[in-house]
Amino acid sequence: MSAQLINLMASLMLLIAFAMLAQRRILSLVYLFAWQGAVLAVNSLIVGWYTGHHELYLSAFFTVLLKVIALPMVLHYLIRRLGIQWDVETLINIPATMLAGIALVVFAFNLALPISQLAETITRGTLGIAIAVVLLAFLMMITRRKAVPQVIGFLAMENGLFFAATSATYGMPMVVELGILLDVIVGVLILGIFFFQVREAFDSLDLKHMEKLKESES
Amino acid sequence: MTLDIFVSFLSQLTQTLLVVLIAPLMLGWVAQCRAWMQNRSGPGILQPYRVLFKLLEKDAVLAHNASPLFRSAPYIQFGCMVLAASVVPIIETNLLFAPAADVIALVGVFALARVFSALAAMDVGTSFGTLGARREMLVASLSEPALLMVFFTPLLIVQSSSLNTIVDTLAHREFALYPSLAFAAVAFVMVLLAENARIPVDNPATHLELTMIHEALILEYSGRHLALIEWANAIKFTTYCAIGIALFVPWGIAQAGGWQVLPGAILALFVKLGVAGAGLALLETISAKMRIFRAPEFLSMAFMLAALGMLTLLLLGA
Repeated sequence: MSAQLINLMASLMLLIAFAMLAQRRILSLVYLFAWQGAVLAVNSLIVGWYTGHHELYLSAFFTVLLKVIALPMVLHYLIRRLGIQWDVETLINIPATMLAGIALVVFAFNLALPISQLAETITRGTLGIAIAVVLLAFLMMITRRKAVPQVIGFLAMENGLFFAATSATYGMPMVVELGILLDVIVGVLILGIFFFQVREAFDSLDLKHMEKLKESES
Repeated sequence: MTLDIFVSFLSQLTQTLLVVLIAPLMLGWVAQCRAWMQNRSGPGILQPYRVLFKLLEKDAVLAHNASPLFRSAPYIQFGCMVLAASVVPIIETNLLFAPAADVIALVGVFALARVFSALAAMDVGTSFGTLGARREMLVASLSEPALLMVFFTPLLIVQSSSLNTIVDTLAHREFALYPSLAFAAVAFVMVLLAENARIPVDNPATHLELTMIHEALILEYSGRHLALIEWANAIKFTTYCAIGIALFVPWGIAQAGGWQVLPGAILALFVKLGVAGAGLALLETISAKMRIFRAPEFLSMAFMLAALGMLTLLLLGA
C-alpha cells in the first residue's frame, strides 16, 4: 500500500510539473508551486514512515514551512508589488511545449530505467519521474520570457531535486538539505530585490532587454 | 445451444433498447442539473422526449439541391450510435454483438458517423454547414488521437483490446491505486466534453454563428431527420458515459448470462449515470466556453494526460 501511495504522489508531482508548463496565469503558477511542495512533503512523510528514516519527518516539516507557506507568500507579495498578475507570454506555443515535455519524460524514464533495475529501495520506480520533474522545470525556465516565471521554474527544479534525493537514497543528509533550503530562501530574496532593480532599469521584467550589452544600441 | 443463443440475443436486445430509450433522459437530467445549479427551475428531465415527439410529428423540409447523401446521413448516424450502444458492455459483458468491435473499432464507428454528418452539412452548400463541418473536423482530428491514447492505458493493463476482457479483469481485480488510470480518466472526461459538443468546447444551447460547431452542422435539417440526429447525439453521449463507466468504475456490470443479477446491474447503471450526469453538469456550470482557437490547446492537454498515463503505467507498472 505504501508503495502505491508513493507512486501516486510521484504521479501527482509529474502532473503538477506539466500543469505548471501549461499555465498562463502567474498567480496560478505560484499556487501550483505551493501544491507541488505539499505533495513533496506528503511523499517525504510516507517514505519516512515506511522506511523508519525519521529525519525525513523534519525534512517534510521544513518543506511545508518554506515551500508551501513562506516562498509562495514572498512570491505573492512580489507579484502584487510589481503589479504583474496578467498572463505570461511563452516563447513557444503551449501545445508544442507539451509535446516537448512528453519527449523529455520519455527521455527521463529511459535514463532512469537501468538505475531503477539495480536499486532495491521502495521508491526505485519514482526516480524516472523525479528526473522528469527536474527536466520539465528546466524546460519551463527556457520557454518563459518574464523573470518571475523563470524563478518559479528554478524553485520547481529544486523541488524535483529533493524528490530525486528522496527516491534515490531516502533523502540527503540533514546538513546538506538545510544548506540547500537556506540557499533557496536567500536566492529568492535576492532575486526579489533584483526584480525591482530590473524593472527600474528597463521598465519591464522581460528578460530580452538584458541581452543587449550597451544601452546606446537601443 | 439454441436456448443459449436465444438468451444472449434477449439480453443484447434489452441493453440496446434500454440505452436507446434512456439516452434522451440522460440529456434531460444533465440539463436539469445545470438549471438547478444556476438557480433556474429548468424544463424538467423529460424535455428531450417532448422535443423528439414534436420533431417527429413535423414534416421534413429538404433543400432543392439536397442529394440522397443528405437524406441518408441521419439514418447512418443513428445506426452507428445504436451499434456503439450495443457493443459496449453497459449492463452485461459478453454480449452477442460484443465481438463485432473492440475499443479501436469503436472509435472508428464514431468517426464514421462524424464523417457522414460533416459530408451532409457540406452537401447543401450553405456557408454555415461548411463552417460547422470544418470546425467539427478540427475538433475531431485532435480528440480522436487523445481518445485512442486514453484507451491504450487500460488496454496495456489488461493486455487485450476487447472491452469485455477489460471490464471483466478490472472489475474483479484486487483493489489497487492506478495513477495511470486516474490520468486516463481525466483525459477521457476532456475528450467526452469535446466530442459531445459540451460547454468548454461548444455550447449546444447557442445559435450564435461565431461560436457554434455542432449546431451549424445540423442547421439545414428539420422534422424526422433532425429528430434522428438529436436522438443519435443523445445515444452518443450516453454511450460515452457508459464507456467511461466501463473503463474506470466497472464494478456492478453483470457477468454474462446471469438473469438474476441483471436488475442489480441496471440499478447500478442508473446510479452511475446519474452521478456522472450531475458531475458533468457541475463541470459545465463552473467552466466558461473557450474561444475556438483554444480548443486545440484543451485537446492537446487531454492527449498529454493520456500519454502521461501510459508512460507512468510503463514506468511504475501501476
